[in-house]
Amino acid sequence: MQRSASAPRGETAPRTNPLAKLARLPIALLVLIAVFVSVYPVVWIFLSSLKGSTEFTANPMWALPQGLEWSNYARAWTEGNMSKYFVNSVLSVLPALALVIGLGTMAAFGIEIMRWKLRNLTSLLFLAGIMVPIQIVILPLFTMYFKVHLLDTRLALILTYTAFGLPLVVFFLVGYFKSFAREIIEAAIVDGASIYQVFFKIALPMVSNAVVTVALVQFFFMWNDLLVSLTFIQNPDMRTVQSGLLAFTGQYGQREWGPTFASISLAVAPTVLVYLMLNQMVMKGMAAGAVKG
Amino acid sequence: MDRTLRDWRAILFFVGPAMLLYGAVLLVPILWSLGYTVFEGSPIAGFKFVGFDNYARLAQDPTFWKALWFGTKYALFVSAGQVIFGLLLALLYAFYLKRSSVLVRTLVFLPVVLPTVAIAQMFAKLFAIAPQYGLVNSVLANLGLDSLVQAWLGQGDTAFWIIGVMDIWKAMGFYAILLYTGLVDIPEDVIEAARLDGAQGWALSRFVVLPLLAPITVASLIFSLNGTLKVFDSIMALTGGGPGTATTPLTLYMYKTSFTYGEYGYGSTLALTLAVQCLLVTLLIFWRSRRAGGGA
Repeated sequence: MQRSASAPRGETAPRTNPLAKLARLPIALLVLIAVFVSVYPVVWIFLSSLKGSTEFTANPMWALPQGLEWSNYARAWTEGNMSKYFVNSVLSVLPALALVIGLGTMAAFGIEIMRWKLRNLTSLLFLAGIMVPIQIVILPLFTMYFKVHLLDTRLALILTYTAFGLPLVVFFLVGYFKSFAREIIEAAIVDGASIYQVFFKIALPMVSNAVVTVALVQFFFMWNDLLVSLTFIQNPDMRTVQSGLLAFTGQYGQREWGPTFASISLAVAPTVLVYLMLNQMVMKGMAAGAVKG
Repeated sequence: MDRTLRDWRAILFFVGPAMLLYGAVLLVPILWSLGYTVFEGSPIAGFKFVGFDNYARLAQDPTFWKALWFGTKYALFVSAGQVIFGLLLALLYAFYLKRSSVLVRTLVFLPVVLPTVAIAQMFAKLFAIAPQYGLVNSVLANLGLDSLVQAWLGQGDTAFWIIGVMDIWKAMGFYAILLYTGLVDIPEDVIEAARLDGAQGWALSRFVVLPLLAPITVASLIFSLNGTLKVFDSIMALTGGGPGTATTPLTLYMYKTSFTYGEYGYGSTLALTLAVQCLLVTLLIFWRSRRAGGGA
């Protein structure tokens, strides 16, 4: 066992293969199945969103659309109120993203770089937020928003998304500051920079990659949220994309499959586009978030 | 330098805003929620102190026990599925596809980022029976298997499997990436050494790779159980807990108790049992894995 030379990983030395005994063909088939199962449903939604209403009954469900019924999208956008829901989602997700990233980066800097007594306790309190089920705070929050007239407002969503997102952002960035910012920051302070200059001119640029990664993860959480918007939004005009989609398919989508598929496509589109553009960062961010949680 | 780093105004500037918001929207409500468990009523109807009545009611509430059992059954099934399929995929990525697996990893991860509501609507259409057959029933009918055509989501038992399959499908790519990261982190020379000692194929997986992967597998399992015990979106959007209460886990029962019936005290008590359940599961797995780790 002592003899084993450590080869540079994954380059010249072929990795030992525990599955080698299995023939290659069945494995290739497995891979194909995994990819098909993961991707086909999404493609199916999109293709179905382009079908005319008679096609659903006349042709099998897997048939390709005959014409391209783009009017389904127009109907989802107007009759299905997707335009309103998009505005509501965008106007609550973007401010919440900006807030959670801004406040989270500052807090991470304060916790990891500054020296003060209660920083361990503070960091523990943020950790607790990762473990606690959201369900336990949703009732008191409802009461609170009710009392200060925040129900049915975007501000309620913004505050809730931000607070629920903070633990992950803080932990992610504390880890970053810990691993490689400390010496450089201390050197800058010795050179006479103020702590604010250090934060804005040195620390922030240094963690910008991590910030983008964690912002992506938060974007998916916020855009995909149902529980928060379902709880705090009762006015139909204030619904977000996901709670709107749920209401839409409930009352209308039973009969009108074309516009329903179009509205599902619309609800999915932002996440799919962002993911296709930045998939490596998204995967890395989600995995890192999970391991820390 | 020390003075700069100990400047309390700067500390307040950096940590204050986040702590204020976080405290108001998360920490205080946790305590508030605990307080609710000894009250009855709602903000609109007013509250009445009832001591431990809510806990007594819990013990005798058949719907609660049913929801607890459903949620536990669901969490066990889905977590097992997510981690097992994730592990199989991770082994595929690491040992069969190796470096060229980027595209496959990317595609299999796609469902992870999709909104649960949209996915649930998609599954509702996949398994629909009315007003027209969805994809599954239409395939069955075309294969001449008309006897299998059914209202998949309208029956408690088939609905259970479909929700489970949906949540496994949605998350398996995620666990595959987590476990793949763990696999890649296993030092090359450890596997090389085992191979020189004669371990191959299944034996190498079973006695070398999987034990080395155990910590991250346990982490995945905790993460998965925690997520699935809190399941809300998928069930709410797919079956709404029905038919009847056949697919109602604690989260949905808590939600309906609180917002449909306006019983905040009892709703909070249900939420607390959920939090305790999550905590117990996490502790149990930690304890088991430490024992297993110590014995090996």
